[in-house]
Amino acid sequence: MNPLAGYLLVAALLFAIGLAGALTRRNAILVLIGIELMLNAANLNLIAFWRYGPHPEALTGMMFAIFSIAVAAAEAAVGLGLVISIHRHAHTTDLDAMNRMKG
Amino acid sequence: MQELTPAFLQSAHDQSSISVHLLWMIPAVPIMASGVIALLKQPCRKTAASLAIGSLSVSLLLSLFAFVEVVSQWTSGVAARETVNFTWIQFGTTNVDLGWVLDPLSAVMLVMVTFVGLLIFIYSTGYMAQDENFTRFFCFLSLFAGAMLGVVIANSLLLLFMCWELVGLTSYLLIGFWYFKPSAAAAAKKAFLTTRVGDVFFLLGIVWLFAQTGTLLFYNGGTGSMEATALGGLLAQHACWGLTAAGAIGLLIFAGAAGKSGQFPLHVWLPDAMEGPTPVSALIHAATMVAAGVYLIARVYPLMSAGAQLHGAILGTTTALTVVTWVGAFTAVFASLIAVAQNDIKRILAYSTVAQLGYMMAGLGMGGVAVGMFHLITHAFFKALLFMGAGSVIHGCHEEQDIRRMGGLKADMPVTFVTYAIGMLALCGFPLLFSGFWSKDGILEAGSMWTLSRGPFYMLVFGALLTAFYMTRQVSYVFFGVNRGEKHAHESPKSMTMPLAILAFFAMALGAIATPAWPWFKAFLNGQAAGFDLHGFAEPGLMALMATSTVVVFAGLGLGWWLYGNKSPRPEAPDVLEAAAPLPWKWLRDRLYVDELYGATVIAFYGWWGRVADWLDRRVWGGAVSAVAWVTRLGAELNRFLDANVVDGGFDKGCEELSTSGGLLSQMQNGRVQSYLRILALAVVALVAILIWSSRA
Repeated sequence: MNPLAGYLLVAALLFAIGLAGALTRRNAILVLIGIELMLNAANLNLIAFWRYGPHPEALTGMMFAIFSIAVAAAEAAVGLGLVISIHRHAHTTDLDAMNRMKG
Repeated sequence: MQELTPAFLQSAHDQSSISVHLLWMIPAVPIMASGVIALLKQPCRKTAASLAIGSLSVSLLLSLFAFVEVVSQWTSGVAARETVNFTWIQFGTTNVDLGWVLDPLSAVMLVMVTFVGLLIFIYSTGYMAQDENFTRFFCFLSLFAGAMLGVVIANSLLLLFMCWELVGLTSYLLIGFWYFKPSAAAAAKKAFLTTRVGDVFFLLGIVWLFAQTGTLLFYNGGTGSMEATALGGLLAQHACWGLTAAGAIGLLIFAGAAGKSGQFPLHVWLPDAMEGPTPVSALIHAATMVAAGVYLIARVYPLMSAGAQLHGAILGTTTALTVVTWVGAFTAVFASLIAVAQNDIKRILAYSTVAQLGYMMAGLGMGGVAVGMFHLITHAFFKALLFMGAGSVIHGCHEEQDIRRMGGLKADMPVTFVTYAIGMLALCGFPLLFSGFWSKDGILEAGSMWTLSRGPFYMLVFGALLTAFYMTRQVSYVFFGVNRGEKHAHESPKSMTMPLAILAFFAMALGAIATPAWPWFKAFLNGQAAGFDLHGFAEPGLMALMATSTVVVFAGLGLGWWLYGNKSPRPEAPDVLEAAAPLPWKWLRDRLYVDELYGATVIAFYGWWGRVADWLDRRVWGGAVSAVAWVTRLGAELNRFLDANVVDGGFDKGCEELSTSGGLLSQMQNGRVQSYLRILALAVVALVAILIWSSRA
């Protein structure tokens, strides 16, 4: 088993844990944490494919990951802002209570 | 004899006088007044009457103004015919022109109609004072006066026809004024329908004339239908039975005139028209409307006499005028005979009117415009006088109309008696003093000189004898002897007797303008110079003729007085003549069964035809319509079945399906982000599985 496969396995595990968290948790903050986990799994994949890819001397993968982390930070900020705003409005962070957008 | 002399020329347009341009106002003012009166409320009696009388006074003044102008033009020797024409409708290259004409004929008629009309209007204020529909009455009277004046001034056969129909309408309205009486309503209907028969022929004549000449104007500077060019064209055309187009059109127009003027066989409506109020009888059925037919013949005289004029033969010998003469003479005798055996005061006068209209027609046919028109004018005055006198008598005797229940009124109603006697003597043609003598003499003279036959002359002389006889009978019954009525008679108010006195004056004085010594009227109408010449009496045969008619009149008067004078028989007793000859008397009393004849022929035919049409409607057309309706209903039923069971069912099913699927889909849109995400994740897993599986293969 080469090292890439190990990284990919870890990343897939991390993604699955994040997805399970995002889908099962009722608390909005925990769902956000799940999403962050999935994002980081993707980042791990990016780094692994770069390090064991055909051109490890070019810094493309790292740049990609750093951008992705920056975007994830912004996304987390927006997500937390939304959660706080909803909490102020509805005094809850339970996602099942937030079904006003149903058709 | 009537002759179109060169002096009778069309005046150039720039010379036309003011009055011809104002001529339209003469009919327009009363018509406008009637419009205003129609808007008035029922109690505005004074306003209505003064509006009507005021408007007709304005017309009278304008007419007098126009008349004086025509006379002054005539005496100064210039043309005495002026016209104002304008185009009414234009379609393609065809124009329909209307216009009015001022010439001696229309000027004389204007003055007569407005003057007699005004007196009758004034009389009506007294006669109708108690009537609750006073306002409506004056509205109709004004409308009638306006329409009649329109007939008089018209220079277009079309305009004349329009006013003619308006006159017919107002006649209908006025005869049926007391519409709550069934007899009045029936009389109005009868008058309207009978004159309509004549008018259909009249309209045919108009259409034919328009088709032949392309114009309906009488005079239009040489291109009018009564002028030489058009007449020449009409004479060249031959209709059937050897008639020229001119003669045939003339006969058609005469049919219209016969309807309006109550000539046999269309006279039946006139005696019945006496159901209207007496002023209406005086105005419409004595003085003006019935004279419209005579006036019409005088107006289209160039057409009626066309053939004779062009060929230089003696006037009055064209086919059309021969027919006019014979119909007129026959009507005169026929109606005079019936008048002898009538007992209703107004009905006697009505038959006498029919007879006198026959005289006018015969006068037109044999002697020309002036002869007929002069009798028209004098007759208008004395017959209006007689009718209004009869109205005064009826009023005084508390609405009694049967002369057998009157009597001895000469003491109770002196003014009415004197004026009535004057009117009666004028109608009989009492020598020298009364206008009726001169006008009737003119007709008899024309008859004695007519070349075709002596028949009409003898008929008219016999008619004159009968006239004197039945008028004496009537006057004896009404004014002499003792009163056989239940109530005491009283004299009528001033508003009624004053017009009587004025008319009585004219019934005597008018004769002066047309004696053989001073034939002013004839010269005026013919556009010749008039001079005073006592040698006029010295014409061969004239003295003998005057003597004849004097003898005839005295014979009639004497016979009447001998049989009826001062007798005052009981109302139930048979008439003297009835006792002598019961059967002929019965025929005459029943008006020689003309009404019954029409009832058995024309009316029975229409009744039969109505029943046939009814049967056709009910059975044939009704059945066809029901069949169509049944088929349509069948189709509709089928359609309904299809709709209810096929179209509706399918539609409902479709809607149901849409609704359930929509419900299912909407359940997925539950607003929970995680469930959306769950589906997304499942989809990604499925996608990845497919990708992996496909890349293996």
